[in-house]
Amino acid sequence: MKKNRKSGSGKPPRLANSMKETNFVRICILPTIILLILINIVPLLSSLRYSFTEYTARKLTVPGENPLFIGNENYINLLTDPSVWERFTTTARYVILSVGGEMILGFSFALLLQTKFKGRGIIQTLLVLPMTMSPVIVGLMWKLFLDPNWGMFNYLLGLGRVDWAQDPNINLYAIVMADIWMWTPFVMLLSLAGLSAVPQSLYEAAEVDRASGWFKFTRITLPMVSPLLMIALIFRVMEAFKVFDLPMGITGTGAAAPPLISIKLYKDTFLTWKTGYGSALGYIVLLIVVAITSIFVKYLNKAKQED
Amino acid sequence: MRKVLLIVLVLLIAAGAAFANGNGDEGKMADSITIHWAQWAPADYLQQLSNLYTEESGVEVVVEQTPWETFVQKYNVEMIARSDAWDIIIGDSQDLGNMAINGHYVELTDWVKANNVDKNFTPASMQSYSEYPAGSGHYYGVPAEGDALGFAYRKDLFEDPDNMAAFQAKYGYKLDVPADIDAMLDIAEFFHDPDNGFYGISIYGDNGYDSLVMFGEQMIWSYGGELGNYKTNEVDGYLNTPASADGINMYKSLFAYTPPAFNDAFFVKANDAFTAGIVPMTCNYFAFLPALANKATSPYADDTGYFPVPPQKGRDGVERQFSSLGGQGASVVTYSKKQDTAMSWMDWFIREDVQMEWAKLGGYSCHSEVLKSQEFLDAAPYNPAFAVTLNIMKDFWNVPPYGEMLESFSRLIGNFIIRGNGTAEEALQATTDEWEAILSK
Repeated sequence: MKKNRKSGSGKPPRLANSMKETNFVRICILPTIILLILINIVPLLSSLRYSFTEYTARKLTVPGENPLFIGNENYINLLTDPSVWERFTTTARYVILSVGGEMILGFSFALLLQTKFKGRGIIQTLLVLPMTMSPVIVGLMWKLFLDPNWGMFNYLLGLGRVDWAQDPNINLYAIVMADIWMWTPFVMLLSLAGLSAVPQSLYEAAEVDRASGWFKFTRITLPMVSPLLMIALIFRVMEAFKVFDLPMGITGTGAAAPPLISIKLYKDTFLTWKTGYGSALGYIVLLIVVAITSIFVKYLNKAKQED
Repeated sequence: MRKVLLIVLVLLIAAGAAFANGNGDEGKMADSITIHWAQWAPADYLQQLSNLYTEESGVEVVVEQTPWETFVQKYNVEMIARSDAWDIIIGDSQDLGNMAINGHYVELTDWVKANNVDKNFTPASMQSYSEYPAGSGHYYGVPAEGDALGFAYRKDLFEDPDNMAAFQAKYGYKLDVPADIDAMLDIAEFFHDPDNGFYGISIYGDNGYDSLVMFGEQMIWSYGGELGNYKTNEVDGYLNTPASADGINMYKSLFAYTPPAFNDAFFVKANDAFTAGIVPMTCNYFAFLPALANKATSPYADDTGYFPVPPQKGRDGVERQFSSLGGQGASVVTYSKKQDTAMSWMDWFIREDVQMEWAKLGGYSCHSEVLKSQEFLDAAPYNPAFAVTLNIMKDFWNVPPYGEMLESFSRLIGNFIIRGNGTAEEALQATTDEWEAILSK
């Protein structure tokens, strides 16, 4: 003990070393934390402040003038604007269609690929390729593919000159198709991971009991995979709600573009420079995404507990 | 003590020398300047032109190009940050008011008057690329690339005897370059044959920025409508008029004869449809017409003719002719540390011989003498149409909130033209209401 007192730490050498190590680790992490605060937290808080002001980033900052504090006026204007609700409705339709399609197809592909067969590895790799591409590139590629003048899509399906990208009545479905094509592999991979973790003994026990295929699927496969499916669902809903690059590439942001909330957010903030108004809309979108995600996370935790 | 005094003395002398040296640098030419412009062929031509300035002065000129999609955003952000990244910006004409009001551009009124720039360049170009507010006599730039909308047409189709006879039989007058916009609609209808993959006309849709406004405003002006009173900021009684509705209705009628997938058409699609041989005529900025006259990029280059936006009689019986202005002016950046050198380049750029060289390279000069010269008119097949257009061009609002006004017009008028909802009158009234609110802020 005396020796320890002399060394000044008053703690056993191993603990002192461990504390030194912890401090060293903290010092190493500090720059990253500072950087993250600067590039994430500071803009987040600034935009929260701007959301309560009339502010345009295009003009020089003049205290009391630009930004001008206007309380919750931006939020009231947004929430009472019928066109904003129309955009939220369209966005919700987009999320349901695209994520729904991805969940069904992704899980189905995973079930098919669960069985071992020749060439499974190659097929799996090919199926994963779309999600490795940049969404903007996917959007532009689909724009070409769907073009009524020279695109392959109409030609292959014998549909004539259907204007998938620019007809306002159907172009939402064009973006849904591209989204499903791109992100189904993501759901498939997570489902495959879940399926491979299901203990074979459960199926064997079910076999002994002469359980039907449907029984095994609904009582063994689905419950065991559901936590991972829920994770896929959370990620996809979050992403689909904010989708911008795909519509930007396929339909552009003109009058024919589907009224998605992200397009309005882009136009308000970066085209007309209504920074305060755009920040408020950004926060509304953020709150909606957080609320939806929280519900899913609650279900995810419940599913895990049941496991 | 002596040592201390000596040190102080030495420091004072050194500071004095440094100060004297600093003053001497102000009039000194910098080694290089940077010009910021959009990424397109004229910027390459400007680089070639500026290489001549480098030969004369020894000052290197770098023309930095930014893609059109982010061009305006990029220089706005840099100016807010008071960046000295560029010494000269060749900025969008609509943005002049914003740049002038916020002090990002150096006021050049004295220089413009001392060098007769206001007399040597066409009045319309000075008003659009240099003066703010309109009619104030305050100048912030020099016209660099004059540009406006014009038309290209297939001479082989227009002069085809069978087409001519059929057109004469159907409409009772000769198939020719349209004498007015009404005739242009007839021609579009005549050629429109979607079953055989051929369409009547190629015009702009809504690209999400300003394409719909650019075509729409010239239709409104041609039929006797107005976008508002630029001096008093009034819109009510100018935009929401029957004459404006006539123009917008004509836009919708013409739009019905465009090829499929034209709802977001801008300059690329407008030219592509023409070079693909699926339309007999196309509307585009003059800056993009060289591609149609080039055999390497257009199989119809030898059979292509050009004409300015046709005139049109309005419901008041008055004939008007207007073309939507594009183009940009060159302005010196307030935050540049090389303003003297930038001004030296400007002095050189406004010279008549340099302007002629600019026109020969493919730039659209706004210098009056250059435009009048036979050398210019013969230099390219579209130059005669451009010379006419420079006298009929008119600009959108160039007030600071122009971006909001563009978005409002595109959304509301686009809802009628592209989505087919409501009437022209309703769309114009809604736009008037929004513009009044924007301008009253």
